[in-house]
Amino acid sequence: MMKLNLALNHKVGVEKNPRKVKNNIFTTLVIFFSVVTISPIILIISKLIIKGAKQINLSFFTETAPDTFVAMTAISNGEVIPGGILNGITGTLFMVIMAALIAIPIGILIGLYLYENPNKIYANIVRDIADILQGVPSIVLGLIAYIWIVKGLTNGYSALAGSISLSIMMLPLILRSTEETLKMIPISLKEAAIALGVPYHKVIFKVMIPTGFSGLSSGVLLAISRVIGETAPLMLTALGSSVVNYHLDKPTSAVPLLIWEFYNDPNMVNLIWSSSLFLLGFILTLNLLSKHIASKRKAN
Amino acid sequence: MMTSEKITKRLLFAASLIIVFVTAGIIFSLVGGAIPVFSEFGISFIFSSDWNPSEGKEEYGALPFIAGTIITSVLALVICLPLAFSTSLFIGEYFHDKKVAKIIGTLVDLLAGVPSIVYGLWGFYVLRPFIVDLGLSSQGFGIFTSGLILAIMIIPYATSITAEIIALTPNDLKEAAYSLGATRFEVVLYVIIPSARSGIVASFILAFGRALGETMAITMLIGNTNKIPNGLFDTGNTMASVIANQFGEADGLKLSALIAIGLLLFVITGIINGAGKLIIKKLSK
Repeated sequence: MMKLNLALNHKVGVEKNPRKVKNNIFTTLVIFFSVVTISPIILIISKLIIKGAKQINLSFFTETAPDTFVAMTAISNGEVIPGGILNGITGTLFMVIMAALIAIPIGILIGLYLYENPNKIYANIVRDIADILQGVPSIVLGLIAYIWIVKGLTNGYSALAGSISLSIMMLPLILRSTEETLKMIPISLKEAAIALGVPYHKVIFKVMIPTGFSGLSSGVLLAISRVIGETAPLMLTALGSSVVNYHLDKPTSAVPLLIWEFYNDPNMVNLIWSSSLFLLGFILTLNLLSKHIASKRKAN
Repeated sequence: MMTSEKITKRLLFAASLIIVFVTAGIIFSLVGGAIPVFSEFGISFIFSSDWNPSEGKEEYGALPFIAGTIITSVLALVICLPLAFSTSLFIGEYFHDKKVAKIIGTLVDLLAGVPSIVYGLWGFYVLRPFIVDLGLSSQGFGIFTSGLILAIMIIPYATSITAEIIALTPNDLKEAAYSLGATRFEVVLYVIIPSARSGIVASFILAFGRALGETMAITMLIGNTNKIPNGLFDTGNTMASVIANQFGEADGLKLSALIAIGLLLFVITGIINGAGKLIIKKLSK
């Protein structure tokens, strides 16, 4: 095509049109920069797979993280570092499930409130507050959970403090996605229920929420995937632990916290890749699952 | 007796109060925690660049961290701008609704899912040695490396909104320009950019707001020195990273200083995000 254009220009004896040249350069730049933009994600994923995949085996999921002495001995004997990240996996699941149990009901109820009162001044204030909260850096929420829970309630680093900081992060995401989902439900559905004399609470909980269920779950999954890789707030709240812990008032490990510990310990630094691969795989799966549910919903 | 309607409405209203109280509580606790350091050093806490936690000679100032935060974030924005804008044009205009745009869009969205600590690891083991190899810096730590990784981290936030707004450019405007013989580049320059201008600005402001609060990746790459960075390849610290790496042994006045930095970070990100949201709100009216 280019050649043809050039040949044509030559034949007619017209000089190369500078506007066309500019256009071609710009198109090339757009494509080039787009390729540059997507290269990091490909490089990151392939680096994690190449370095981390071979370290993932059964004991990765069934054993707790080794201590630095065990790791050092294994390295000096030329053996594979034993152990896994069980304490991290259980800690992450424990804290994220706790956070979700706090944030989902509150978030959905607030989303319902905003949907039911779309134009009230107070509802607009609540929306603005949710926007502010969504923009608060996660480390600041870590500080808050430290002041409120670690200092004020559990008298030490605790799983509860970690959950609280994560739940505050999830809350604005869930309430906005709830409101958006409800807005997409045809109003006639609600009107039909009311016309049949269905009590108000049943309209909300038996009609609106079940109808919007897939939208709500897609929002919840996205919110979970956003907080599951958080490290900074957990450093200030859950701290980390070498054992599996299910007590709300005790320090608890998490996969990102383990990665941070491995990274800082020269004996265990080899373990960062498998843990990161696992964490990223988990997050991206949740992410894609949430998108899949959302797009299916749109198609209906 | 209350009807079910009243009870349900009150329940929903009560839930909405929770988020109001949580946010009020956050401000209250940050201010309360910051009071000791502000009553000790006054407003000069913000403008001082001394940071000395040793007992008896305690001296705290937030300026190096405010400077580090703003420099790394601005740098990230500058690097992110051509990349995110080109990708938005790719998705929203050049290959709009084509399969390749969907693939690129999904890959860009995946960038938003990568945890900060994984960016930090990748930056430390891949990007940092690369910068050393280029001879830009002897250790590879510092402002430039941090800004680069931040740019990658905020690209998805800038791209998703910008691409959407570019795709919304009215077709008749574009067709009118084409019919007058405009090239695609001229359509982008004289039709798409003017009509999408405020939306593009808003999305980059929001991405900037994201960069301000990023913690782990920066902590791993910036070098963690408590001074005002002296150039692009010098080390430094940001507000978020100093909280993360000084928090462990903090109590008393030092803890108060870190909480005060958290408060400043809260205020700065609040202003930036507020500005971005305000522009978007005006747009949708």
